[in-house]
Amino acid sequence: MLGVIALVLIFALLGSVLGFSARRFRVEGNPLVEKIDAVLPQTQCGQCSFPGCRPYAEAIARGDADINQCPPGGQDGVDALAELLGVESKPLAAEPRAEAGPVVALIDENTCIGCTLCIQACPVDAILGSAKHMHTVIASECTGCELCLPPCPVDCISIVPVKTGIADWKWPAPDDKVA
Amino acid sequence: MATQPFMPLPGGLHLPTFKTLSASRPLAEAPLPAELVFPLQLRGGINAVPTVSAGQRVLKGEVIARAAFENLPPLHASSSGIVRCIENRLLPHPSAMEDLCIIIDTDGLDEALPLQPRRHFSLESRETLRAWLIEAGVLGLGGAAFPTGFKVDPGKRRVDTLILNAAECEPYITCDDSLLQHFPHEVLQGAIILMHILSVEQCIIGIEDDMPEACRSLENALRARAYSGIRLQRVPALYPSGGEKQLIQILTGREVPAGGIPADIGIVCQNVGTAGAVYRAIEYQEPLVSRIVTVTGHGIHEPRNWITRIGTPIAHLTAASGGYTNAAERLIIGGPMMGFAVSDDQLPVTKASNCILVAGHEDLPEPPEVMPCIRCGACAEVCPAGLLPQQLYWYGRADNQERLEQHELFSCIECGCCNMVCPSHIPLVQHFRASKGKLTLKRREREKADHARVRFESRQSRKEEEKRSKAEATRRKREALNLNTPEVTHTEAN
Repeated sequence: MLGVIALVLIFALLGSVLGFSARRFRVEGNPLVEKIDAVLPQTQCGQCSFPGCRPYAEAIARGDADINQCPPGGQDGVDALAELLGVESKPLAAEPRAEAGPVVALIDENTCIGCTLCIQACPVDAILGSAKHMHTVIASECTGCELCLPPCPVDCISIVPVKTGIADWKWPAPDDKVA
Repeated sequence: MATQPFMPLPGGLHLPTFKTLSASRPLAEAPLPAELVFPLQLRGGINAVPTVSAGQRVLKGEVIARAAFENLPPLHASSSGIVRCIENRLLPHPSAMEDLCIIIDTDGLDEALPLQPRRHFSLESRETLRAWLIEAGVLGLGGAAFPTGFKVDPGKRRVDTLILNAAECEPYITCDDSLLQHFPHEVLQGAIILMHILSVEQCIIGIEDDMPEACRSLENALRARAYSGIRLQRVPALYPSGGEKQLIQILTGREVPAGGIPADIGIVCQNVGTAGAVYRAIEYQEPLVSRIVTVTGHGIHEPRNWITRIGTPIAHLTAASGGYTNAAERLIIGGPMMGFAVSDDQLPVTKASNCILVAGHEDLPEPPEVMPCIRCGACAEVCPAGLLPQQLYWYGRADNQERLEQHELFSCIECGCCNMVCPSHIPLVQHFRASKGKLTLKRREREKADHARVRFESRQSRKEEEKRSKAEATRRKREALNLNTPEVTHTEAN
C-alpha cells in the first residue's frame, strides 16, 4: 500500500514537472525550418517554385519539396542541406546560373519609363523610384534574383556581375599536387 | 631598466638575419625621382577622390585626394610638381591589380606648403590631436598601415600602457634600426605625444637584443633628456617577436584575445617609425610624406636604407642603390618571410613598404618539391600563435570551415615559421591564406543573406499591414454607408 502511494506521488510530481516544462519551454514554430532557412541564400527569387526562401524551407521541412531546387545556392547549397537533414546529397535539379559569382540588377536609366512594375516585383525593396520618374537599383541591397526582369515593359534591366575590387581579392590556393 | 622579458615567446625561430647587408652603409636621403605615383586605393577597398586635376601644380604636403564620405587619412603630395594625369597603374599589392593612381611630375624645387602656427600639443584636446594625426595621413609604418588616429582612440576600453615596437625581427630589414640610430629623440617625443593622447603613464619600448647600436642610441637619448615613464626593454632576437601580439605577450605577459585588439587588454602598440611620424605631424605639421625604406638583398649592388618619399618608383630606389646585380632573381616588397613578390619595378613605395628585397638565389632558394604531410608536429612547435598548423592544413584541404574556425585559423599571423620547418616543404601559410579568403567570403555571403532575409520579412509584414488596413478601410466605409441608410440594411437583412 505504501509503495503504491509512493509511486503515485512520484508519478504526480514528474507529471507536473513535465506539464510545466511543456508550457514553460515551448518552442514557437518549427526549429528545423529556421535551420533550413539559414542555409538558403535568401535571394527570394522563387526559382524553387515557392514564393521565397522561407516557404521553400517550410516545404522541405514538411517533406513536400526536394533539397535540390535552389539554383542560386548551387551544388554547395544542396550539399549543406543534405548534411543538415542527414540525407544523401544529389545533383542540382536546375542548371546553375551562367555567371559565376554574385550578380546585381542594373537599370538602363535612359530606357526606363518609370512604370514602377519592377519596384513592386522586388522582394527586398532594392529598387528606388516613383511613377514616371527614373528608377535605380540600390546595388548593396540587390540579391540578383532576376524577379524584376519579367515585369519590365521596356526590357531596360540587365543582370551584371558585381564589380570586384582589391578588397574582394583572395589569395589563391598553392598548386601542390600532393594528396 | 629591466633586462629580462616577462615571458618567452611560444614557438618562433632563429633565422639568419642578413641585416649587415643594408646596415653597413649610412642612412641617406633618396634623390628626388622625376615621377611620383599615388594609388587612390585606401583601406577596405575605398578609393580616395582626387582633389587635384591634371596640369595643376601641387606643393609638398598638399592634399591630393581624400575619401568622399569616410573620415580616413587623405593622400598628400610628397614633393612639389605638376599633376601629369590620373590613370590606371599596377598596384603594389599581391593581387597585381590595376587601379587609378595620381601621377605627379616633380619640378625639383621641393616647395612645401606654408605652416600654420600652432599651440603646444599639450594645450590641445585629445580629439584635436587625433584629428591632426588623421589629417596628416599618419598610418602604422610597421606594415599593416592602420590609421594611427583611430588606433589611439580606444573608446570605452581602459588603456594603461603604450608599447613601441622596435623589435625588427624579420630578416634583412633594418629601417627601424637606422631610424633609432639617427632620430631617437623624434621617436621618444612621438611616444610622449602618444602617451598624452592615450593618457597613459607608462611606455615600454621593446627592442631586439641584436640591435646594439639602436639600443645604445635610445639609451643615450633617454639619459640626455628627461622622458618620464618611458622604459627600454630588450627582448631576445627571435622571429617573430616583433609581431604585435607576440611582443605584447613577451613584454607584459598579457595575451590579446583571439579576434580582439590590444586595447581590449589595456595596451596600444605602435611601431617606432609611426611614433617618429606622429612627432613630425604634431610638432612640425608635417604630413607623412616620407619613410625609411631598406633596399637590400644579394640582387642589389649597394644595399642600404633610404629616406624615401612616398610614391617613389621602386626602380628609382634600386638605381640609386647601384642597380641590380647579375644574381637578381625576384623583387619582393617587404621581407623574405612576410613580403610579397611583384613583377614590375615601376611600382611605387607606399607607407606600408618597409623593405624592397631584390632577392638572389641565396636569399630565396627555389622551394624543394612538396611531399605529403607526415604529421610530425614540427609546425606546431614553432607556431608563435600556439596553433596547430598541421590540423589547419588538413581541415583546409577538406574545406571543413567549422573546424577551421574552431582551430582559430584567423589567429594565424602568417609569419611563415611553419613553412620553414616543414620537412615536407608544404607551403602551409599559402594554404592558410587561401582558407582565410574562403572563410571570409562565406561569412560575407551569410551576412548578406541575413540582411536580405530581414528586408524580405519586413517587406512581407508591410504588405500584410497594407492589406489589412485596406480591408479595414473598406469595412469602415461599408459600415458608414450602412449607418446612413438603415432601411436598406433592413431590407437586405430580410
